[in-house]
Amino acid sequence: MKKKRNPLAGIYSALIFLFLYAPIVVLIVFSFNSSKSRGHWGGFSLRWYETLFENSKLMDALQTTLSVALTSSAIAVIIGTAAALGMYFSRKRTRTLLMNVTSLPMLNADIVTGISLLLLFTFIGLKLGYTSLLLAHITFNIPYIILSVMPKLNQLDKNTFEAALDLGATPLQAFFKVMLPEISPGIITGFILAFTMSIDDFVISFFTTGADVSTLSVEIYSMSRRGIKPEINALSTLMFLAVLILLIIVNVRSGRDAQKREQERI
Amino acid sequence: MKRIKLALIPYSAYALIFIVAPILLILLYSFQDSSGSFTLENYARFFDLSDPVYLKVLWRSIKLAVISTVICLILGYPMAYILSRLPARIRGTVSFLFILPMWMNFLLRTYSWMSLLERTGLINSLIGWFNGILPSALQLPTLDIMYTQWAVVLGNVYNFLPFMILPIYTVLIKIDKSLIEAAQDLGASRGRVFRKVIFPLSLSGVVSGISMTFMPAVTTFVISRLLGGGQNALIGDMIENQFKVVGDWGFGSAMSVILMVLILLTMNVIQRYESENSGGSVLM
Repeated sequence: MKKKRNPLAGIYSALIFLFLYAPIVVLIVFSFNSSKSRGHWGGFSLRWYETLFENSKLMDALQTTLSVALTSSAIAVIIGTAAALGMYFSRKRTRTLLMNVTSLPMLNADIVTGISLLLLFTFIGLKLGYTSLLLAHITFNIPYIILSVMPKLNQLDKNTFEAALDLGATPLQAFFKVMLPEISPGIITGFILAFTMSIDDFVISFFTTGADVSTLSVEIYSMSRRGIKPEINALSTLMFLAVLILLIIVNVRSGRDAQKREQERI
Repeated sequence: MKRIKLALIPYSAYALIFIVAPILLILLYSFQDSSGSFTLENYARFFDLSDPVYLKVLWRSIKLAVISTVICLILGYPMAYILSRLPARIRGTVSFLFILPMWMNFLLRTYSWMSLLERTGLINSLIGWFNGILPSALQLPTLDIMYTQWAVVLGNVYNFLPFMILPIYTVLIKIDKSLIEAAQDLGASRGRVFRKVIFPLSLSGVVSGISMTFMPAVTTFVISRLLGGGQNALIGDMIENQFKVVGDWGFGSAMSVILMVLILLTMNVIQRYESENSGGSVLM
């Protein structure tokens, strides 16, 4: 059935996209602005891309952001996958209870989670800094792993695991040879989600980091009171491009994989 | 099998220390004064009717969050609908374009609105340019919403619109096409098909969209700080202020507890509405 396109729908979509992308375009365009002031165009220049790499504060923040995001997502993958497995094999009551606790950080406002962790770190006497930041990020990352792995586990045929055990595999072998390949897409999705959330987080980092360690978000926030340096526009343009390229590669590859699978089936 | 359950131990311990204990700590602090003894003063101060500063802020937070959510719904539903009618081939790419902006730091995106909205900003320059070529009867008014509540609403709508569009879109593409065709075969007009079939079936998406928009909007403190200036503080700003500036952790904790209760109540109402509705539609 061929439907006729409504031109209004096209105009409406264009307006919504304009709304969503206008600030991003402004940001990218102004990263090439030779003038320092926001809102005034002084001609094309790459000077902010050059000074960016000499700005040690921003480079430190970038390093902290990436390191916290990678480490916390990796640790969250281990704890979260183990937790999902344990829940899968445990009684329904235990599972419901743990799932409810898991959804708490997602239900709660970021500001409440941030403050509650700040209180905890102060209470146990942990100095705010890299460690507290990392622990906070692991905490809000674990739910994303569990919620991505659980559905994959539920699709799993329980018999295959038991079959592997009957054939003499140790539980660990059975897990790595039988279950892991099946649930790994869930783990990867969870990891990417957690990594993204970690990089984008501002509120929880703001409350759980100390004065001498800051992530990009925290750095941008403190800058926004004094006026944003144009270098940060350059940096986010680069990061945006990096993510865009990465996502395109992933999309193209998964599209090709899907095609290949389709062909093999035929 | 027993051994596999051991995998639960690290997470249970972690959840106990980093999820459950911190929430209990907030509760504990909210009932303490600066010397650490029990008090109800923190809550009394918030609900003080003779000087309702904080209640007014709470009211403003709820009001702006409701307005933002309604605007998101009005803008987002048609968009989700248009998206769901696209051919499956390009649907994925287009919905990806809605998620893409979220990969740029949200503080920067919000900050970028300042360049657009300022009195001498880009939008007003554009309006000024138009006014230069338009006859005097068609002069456009300049936009002057920076540091008002409307700027905060705009920031909320901008940041949370994708959270409204995506859940509705996900539900819309799952609707069984044969239901729509059946209604058409039975002589329903296009408007009637939408009102009687498509919209009721998409309600669960609307409900999750509403909660995903309302929640961050009512608790934000960044958007109000950047776009609203100092005069339009929200409950989030008040909490942040108590912890980062004033140092009254007891009062800050009490406000966090109030915010937590508000969110739990809202979620409860929303979810009850949803389950009643989906239950009802099965019976019909």
